[in-house]
Amino acid sequence: MLTLADVTVRLGGFTLRADLDVPPGGITAVIGPSGSGKSTVLNAIAGFVALSAGRVSIAGRDVTDAAPGARPVSIIFQDQNLFPHLTVARNVGLGLRTRGRPTPEERDSVDAVLARVGLEGTGDRRPADLSGGQQSRAALARALLRRRPWLLLDEAFGALGPALRHEMLDLLSETAAEAGLSALMVTHDPNDVRRAAGRTILVADGVAHPPVRTEALFADPPEALKAYLGPRAGT
Amino acid sequence: MLLAPLIATLTRAEGWTGLRPSDGSALWFTLWQAAVSAALSVLLAIPVARALARRRFPGRGAVVLVLGAPFILPTIVAVLGLVAVFGRSGLVADLTGWSPPLYGPQGVILAHVFFNMPLAVRLIVQGWATVPGERLRLAASLGFGPGDTFRVLEWPMLRAVVPGVFLVVFLICTTSFAIALALGGGPRATTVELAIYAAFRFDFDLGRAAALAGMQLAIGVVAATATLRLSLPSGFGAGLDRPVRRWDSQGAILRLQDVACIAAACLFLLTPLTMVLAGGATHLPDIEASVWRAALRSLVIAVGAALATAAVAFPMALAVASGRRWVDVVAVLTITASPLVLGIGTYVLLLPVTNPLVWALPVTAAVNVLLALPFAMRALVPALRDLTADYGRLSASLGLTGAAWLRVVALPRLRGPLGYAMGLTAALSAGDLGVIALFARPEDATLPLKLYQLMGAYRMADAQAAGVLLVVIALGLFWAFERAGRDADAG
Repeated sequence: MLTLADVTVRLGGFTLRADLDVPPGGITAVIGPSGSGKSTVLNAIAGFVALSAGRVSIAGRDVTDAAPGARPVSIIFQDQNLFPHLTVARNVGLGLRTRGRPTPEERDSVDAVLARVGLEGTGDRRPADLSGGQQSRAALARALLRRRPWLLLDEAFGALGPALRHEMLDLLSETAAEAGLSALMVTHDPNDVRRAAGRTILVADGVAHPPVRTEALFADPPEALKAYLGPRAGT
Repeated sequence: MLLAPLIATLTRAEGWTGLRPSDGSALWFTLWQAAVSAALSVLLAIPVARALARRRFPGRGAVVLVLGAPFILPTIVAVLGLVAVFGRSGLVADLTGWSPPLYGPQGVILAHVFFNMPLAVRLIVQGWATVPGERLRLAASLGFGPGDTFRVLEWPMLRAVVPGVFLVVFLICTTSFAIALALGGGPRATTVELAIYAAFRFDFDLGRAAALAGMQLAIGVVAATATLRLSLPSGFGAGLDRPVRRWDSQGAILRLQDVACIAAACLFLLTPLTMVLAGGATHLPDIEASVWRAALRSLVIAVGAALATAAVAFPMALAVASGRRWVDVVAVLTITASPLVLGIGTYVLLLPVTNPLVWALPVTAAVNVLLALPFAMRALVPALRDLTADYGRLSASLGLTGAAWLRVVALPRLRGPLGYAMGLTAALSAGDLGVIALFARPEDATLPLKLYQLMGAYRMADAQAAGVLLVVIALGLFWAFERAGRDADAG
């Protein structure tokens, strides 16, 4: 379980409130109009913004005061997920250890996870030699290797075209389920939500609402979601 | 580390009573020659900068490189070159039979223009680069001639940029020591820095030297404060490789004028250096052992100073990038402190503890580290800020902190600016003829000091050979460090 208990975040004149539980398993989407605070929800969970009030607990552990790297989460951003000066294998290997050299076993794990995301043989290349889709795969591979129970995606595949994005979402669903990870995914595309997310958190007017089943939400959208989706929603 | 020598200096200054009338004329000469040098440098720089800004030609990159060279060229080598060209038996005298006296105020000013005109060109070219291409296109569509463009676009830009450039050059010229030592001197051409040296070295009058150091410091603070208030193009290299497309200056006469400006500037900068290298190369085999030993000392100082700069500048840059403004202020402060002021301060600090003269070499390295700090910070801080902006969250989310962050992220990403900073320090300290002249016992002579002594003994061929060696060390170290930093990016 991932819990935001009476959380308030203030950023300049903007205030976001959240009081919700996200059950583990599967993919939970976070949607809402731009500027509504979708990414702020994720940043609060990952530890990149300080809370004005409330607690964050993940998998039964209060992490409100923990550093980003100490929280049981991995995060994939829209870009800058890989260090350009390190090889793909080194980048992915950072999921296992950040200090010292990798052992032979660790190297095998890196190769295995690269193969799992369809990047076999690219370990010696630099991120600049990979396409956008391949870079996303490498970031996913590192998250899989890190084995933190929650995976946060901040518009992670937003820069990819529709076909590639769907491919990545399917890969994410499969691999996260295999590895027993739960995912929380910020997106602005309703199609992504319907394709991959069992539950959805709607963020609107400075409030993050508790997650509800995606079909139910889209079958009978609340006003805020209707306004966001536009007049032809649901068709 | 920086403030201690400065405060120590001021405590030893026994009021202004220890000063002599000649010190007043040193103050006057310092300000006067700096103003003339700065004015000449800027005036000569403007046509060269304009030519570079509006022309594209093969070899433009090489010209830009030549303009950067005086910054890391050891001062005494340039002086030697100027003597070879403008001296009594120099190139100009040979060709024309006319030799203006080089020693005295005119020599000091000539050498200052040699060093600072290229710097002014680089800064003013950056000003030209700020004139937007859209504005020039608009001017072309309105049928502006070169005169119109100058009046409407270029003159306002120059009015904004030139005062800042003038002040920077002025500030640099007020701290001039090596040039005044070699080409000036006497009642007509003594700078405050040279007066400090004379008071300390010949009169053994520490109180008066300290009072003079206070005077020098005051000049630096006033000029630096003024500089900070004026707009100044930032950085030393950015924008130089982007000549803007121009439509108004395609006439044959203008072309000829620009070619002449660039050719004259290159001739002025390259001839002295060529004379030294050509004259010295043939004498290299005759170099005596004491010169080799001096060269070794210079090499050790340079490498030591480069390593120390990395060790000091890196934590300082980290502190600045994470928002501690006072560290930045310290780095700016070092610009106002001159080598001799810092040297005297260190002497006063060390005196109760040990014999400072024994520490001549480490002190030389340390003072050069302090002098190179502003440049190191200017290279490192923006790079660190970018690193935090681009990869700060990724590093934090992966738990990359402390030593692991340093090794995996920071050092590899910052090798470029770090290599540049270390190369710059190495070149500056290899060529230093400030602190070392103040402190050194004969057995401690570094290569620049040895060169100066050879010059003083009119052994010009030997001096030129030592000059070749010094250029190889200074420019070679700069190249090596900078190269080591750049390879990381490519690999």
